[in-house]
Amino acid sequence: MSTDTSSPSGGVPDVAGHFGRFGGRFVPEALVAALDELDAAYRKAMTDEEFLAELEALLRDYAGTPSLLYPARRFSAEAGARILLKREDLNHTGAHKVRNVLGQALLTKRMGKRRVIAETGAGQHGVATATAAALFDLECVVYMGEVDTRRQALNVARMRMLGATVIPVTAGSRTLKDAMNEAMRDWVANVDDTHYLIGTAAGPHPFPELVRDFVRGIGVEARQQCLDLTGALPDAVAACVGGGSNALGIFHAFVGDTGVRLYGFEAGGEGVETGRHAASITGGSSGVLHGTRTYVLQNEDGQTIESHSISAGLDYPGVGPEHAWLHDTGRASYQPVTDAEAMAAFELLCRTEGIIPAIESSHALAGALKVAPGLAAELGREPVIVVNLSGRGDKDVHTAGEYFGILDKE
Amino acid sequence: MSRIGVAFDKARADGRALLVGCMPAGFPTVEGSIAAMTAMVESGVDVIEVEIPYSDPVMDGPVIQKASDIALAGGVRTADTLRIVEAIAATGAPVVTMTYWNPIEQYGVDAFARDLAAAGGTGLITPDLIPDEAGEWLAASDAYGLDRTFLVSPSSTDGRLKMTVEHCRGFVYATALMGVTGARAQTSQAAPVLVSRVREVTDLPVGVGLGVGTGAQAATVAGYADGVIVGSALVRCVLDGPDLPAGLTALRTLSAELAEGVRNPAR
Repeated sequence: MSTDTSSPSGGVPDVAGHFGRFGGRFVPEALVAALDELDAAYRKAMTDEEFLAELEALLRDYAGTPSLLYPARRFSAEAGARILLKREDLNHTGAHKVRNVLGQALLTKRMGKRRVIAETGAGQHGVATATAAALFDLECVVYMGEVDTRRQALNVARMRMLGATVIPVTAGSRTLKDAMNEAMRDWVANVDDTHYLIGTAAGPHPFPELVRDFVRGIGVEARQQCLDLTGALPDAVAACVGGGSNALGIFHAFVGDTGVRLYGFEAGGEGVETGRHAASITGGSSGVLHGTRTYVLQNEDGQTIESHSISAGLDYPGVGPEHAWLHDTGRASYQPVTDAEAMAAFELLCRTEGIIPAIESSHALAGALKVAPGLAAELGREPVIVVNLSGRGDKDVHTAGEYFGILDKE
Repeated sequence: MSRIGVAFDKARADGRALLVGCMPAGFPTVEGSIAAMTAMVESGVDVIEVEIPYSDPVMDGPVIQKASDIALAGGVRTADTLRIVEAIAATGAPVVTMTYWNPIEQYGVDAFARDLAAAGGTGLITPDLIPDEAGEWLAASDAYGLDRTFLVSPSSTDGRLKMTVEHCRGFVYATALMGVTGARAQTSQAAPVLVSRVREVTDLPVGVGLGVGTGAQAATVAGYADGVIVGSALVRCVLDGPDLPAGLTALRTLSAELAEGVRNPAR
C-alpha cells in the first residue's frame, strides 16, 4: 500500500516535469543524460513488481513503516482541535526522509552506480543517505554547509559513524543551498558512477516527481488510518515546508479529496516582514534555482537571498515546484510560522505529549494551532487535523536547549 | 553573420583558432573589470566573454565562484554588466555574455536581449539553459539578432547533440570534460572526440572550454577546435595579484601566452 503509485493529479507533471508554469529542467547539458537515465530507471521500477516488493519489504522491516497515526489528546485540548500526529519521527533514522533514500538507493543499485552524493541541511537527509549507503554498500559523500555542520554537529558524527564522508561547504552562505550547489558540481564531474540522491522534492525533473512518489506513502497511510480511526477524512492536513518533501508526502494522497484542506507552513524566521525568513512562497517570487522553476527568495537581479530559520532543515531559499503549483492553483494554502511560534509549539508538544519534535515539524504543529480556531468556527465543531510529525527532535536538543536557556553553563 | 561569425571565419582563413577570454563583470570592481578585459584585448584575446555574476553558479569551479562573489559583494548589477559590454565592444573586439538563467529571467528575457543588442553584445552563452526550456530566449534572440550558444557535453547523446547544435547560432560551446570550470594539469581526451561529433552535424565554429590554462594547452586545443575558451586561469591572475596593477600585468602575460598558443595550433 505504501508504494501505491496511482496519481490523483493526472497529467501533472507533464513528461518534461512541468507543474503548470513551474518545474522543468534548468541544468547543464552534461547532466541531461543522467537525468534521462534516472527517469527511465524510475519509470521502469515503479511498474516492476519485484522492485516494488523489495522496497515495500524494506520500508516495513527496516524503516518501520507504516508509521503510527496518534491521537494527541492533551495537545488537542490545548489546540481546540482533534490533532492526529503522523509519527514519521518514529521511523528508522528519525524522519520521513528514510522513505526517499531507500527508494533512491534501490534505484542507484539498479542503475549500476556505486557512489551516492547528497546535500543536507539539518543533517537528517545526510544521515538517512549514509544509512542507506551502508545498507546497500555504496560509497557516500555528503555536502553540508559549514554553518550547518556546527548547528548539527551530532548528525555530522552520525554520518561519519555510518561510513560517509562529510564535506563542509564554505562557499556562499555556507548553508543548504550552497551544499546543493556543491553536490551538483560533484555530480557534473562524476555522473558516470554517481547518483545524486536529492533529499527533497525539488531540483531538475524527474527529482520532484520521483521524490514525491517515494514519500507519498505517508499520505496514503495517514488517509486510511484516519478513516479507520475516525470514520471520516480529516478536515485538514498540516505539514512544514522547506524544500517540501514531507508536505508533499502527506498531501499527495489527499489532493483529490477536495474537502480536505491542505496547509503548508513555511519557516517565517524572525517574521516575513523582517526579511529574515525562509518562506519562499509567502515572501519570494517566481525564478529558477537548482534546476527548477519555482518560488525563490531573490533580489531584483535574480541573485538568491540568504534564508533564515531556526530550523536548519527549512533554511532553504526555494521550494519544490509542485508546492509552487499547488499554491498557484489554490489547492494548498501556504503560511509562514515564525521561529518563536515554532518553538512555543515545540515546548507544548514536549510538555503535553512527552514527544520531542524536530524544530522543522514544530512549524507544522504551530501552524495547526494557528488555523484551528478559524476552522472550528467555520465548521461549527471541533476540527480534525492530521499533522505530519516529520521528524524527531534529538538532533535539535542543543539548539532548543540554548533557545530556552536550559543548558547548564560550562 | 554576427561579428563573432566574421571573426571565426577570419581565424579559419589564417589557419588559427580564436582565443575567447572570460572575466566576471564587476570583478574586482566595475571599472577594474573593464580594465582587465581591455588588457586582455590589448594582449591578443580575440573575443571577450563577459560572465554576469550569479549567486549560485553550479557550472563554475572555485576561482570563478570567488570572483563572482567578490563582484556581487561589490554590488554589481545586471545593468552594470551591459555597461561593461558596451565599453569593451567599443574596443572593436566581439563581446559575448555568459550567465545562468535566473538573472536573465528576472531582468526580463526580451528586455535583456534588447539591451544586450543595443550595448553591442553579440550573444549569450547559457550554461544552465538547454534548448528544451529555451522558448522565450529563442524568440528574443531571433527578434534582436543575437547569437545563442548552448553547451554540448561528452555525455550528450547523438540525438541531443544534433538538437542542441541546431538551436545554436554564432558558435557551439563544447565542454571539454565532465566537470566545472577551472584550469587542469592536462587537456581533455574527450574534447577532440566531442568536437568531431559536433562537426558531423554542423558547420558552425566550435569553441572548447573547461580546463585550459597555458599556451601549450591552448595550442593543443587549437589543433582541433575553432575557439579556445579560457576563464579560470585568467581570472586567477587578477584574484591572486597583490593589487590590480600587478594582476593586470599577470593577466597581460598569460593572455599573450595563450594568444601565441592559438596561433600555433598543434596538428
